[in-house]
Amino acid sequence: MSVRPKSLEAIEKMRVAGQIVGEVLVRLQEMARPGVTTAELDAEALRIITERGGKALFYGQPHPRGGRRYPGHICVSVNEELVHGIPGPRCIAEGDVVSLDVGVQKDGWCADAARTFGVGEVPERVRKLLRTTEEALEVAGREARAGVLWSAVAGRIEALVSGAGFSIVTEYVGHGIGSEMWEEPRVPNYVGRDLMRDDFLLVENMTIAVEPMVNMGRRNVREKEDGWTVVTEDGKPCAHVEDTLVVRRDGCEPLTRWTGQLKGG
Amino acid sequence: MAKDIIRLEGKVTEALPNAVFRVELENGHRVMAHVSGRMRMHFIRILPGDQVTVELSPYDLGKGRIVYRTG
Repeated sequence: MSVRPKSLEAIEKMRVAGQIVGEVLVRLQEMARPGVTTAELDAEALRIITERGGKALFYGQPHPRGGRRYPGHICVSVNEELVHGIPGPRCIAEGDVVSLDVGVQKDGWCADAARTFGVGEVPERVRKLLRTTEEALEVAGREARAGVLWSAVAGRIEALVSGAGFSIVTEYVGHGIGSEMWEEPRVPNYVGRDLMRDDFLLVENMTIAVEPMVNMGRRNVREKEDGWTVVTEDGKPCAHVEDTLVVRRDGCEPLTRWTGQLKGG
Repeated sequence: MAKDIIRLEGKVTEALPNAVFRVELENGHRVMAHVSGRMRMHFIRILPGDQVTVELSPYDLGKGRIVYRTG
């Protein structure tokens, strides 16, 4: 199976979208204090994205199995919610584990990233979960080089996560990204016997959204009645981090890390 | 935003050679599905009329893989 690399021009445009994504993530993480509702975070994200001339990618995404379209502009998933949490009246509380997932399209090109963090004090085990998930993304960024099969990288992610005593989620995967948010190939965080068939070779200048999803307890997840929010079956916390990466010869370059700074603290 | 591995419920309508089955999905589509390696390993028998969960190939939506027998 062949996956086409992106032109340098396309990558530069994705970098512009990625800067907006990165900025939103930093600003919202700053804003996510106890008492703030997830809808307020959504509104602020939309404000920044629009001001920068971008489009919030998630709004109106069709449901993969024909349910209602995604109603939020970003995803805010709290505690046992893993991904695709719909922003609403829920207030963020001290000790919550909050995941923010942001996608932006600008001039026809996309970028997608997510971060998970604790609000105030969280237990040591949760801190380890957050650290491990971030490490998994770091490892992927280092190991994924041109000429390497993705399964080799996925194996490293899986080994790191299970070695720390956590579980990798297998119902959802990362993805190729470019002029559309969801492009080929699928980018799983695990090596399954069946998934070996869909293995692919990393080539220079290919762009992928890598997103380890890690549960503190068992790996099973389910979709809530709202049709989108994915929660852990055992109700235990989980984490999800993601970057849009360009594959290079010596590793990956992230496009979604903001290089600007917050002014006035 | 994470991508959903597309899984759909369906009903087996016909058994073909080589552990391939014709499955009618709940959305009305008909696909050809083979049995996932894991299910073959556990000798799970599939017969016409069985309810199954099918994972569709992202490259060819007319093909899939039976990952669970649900009923």
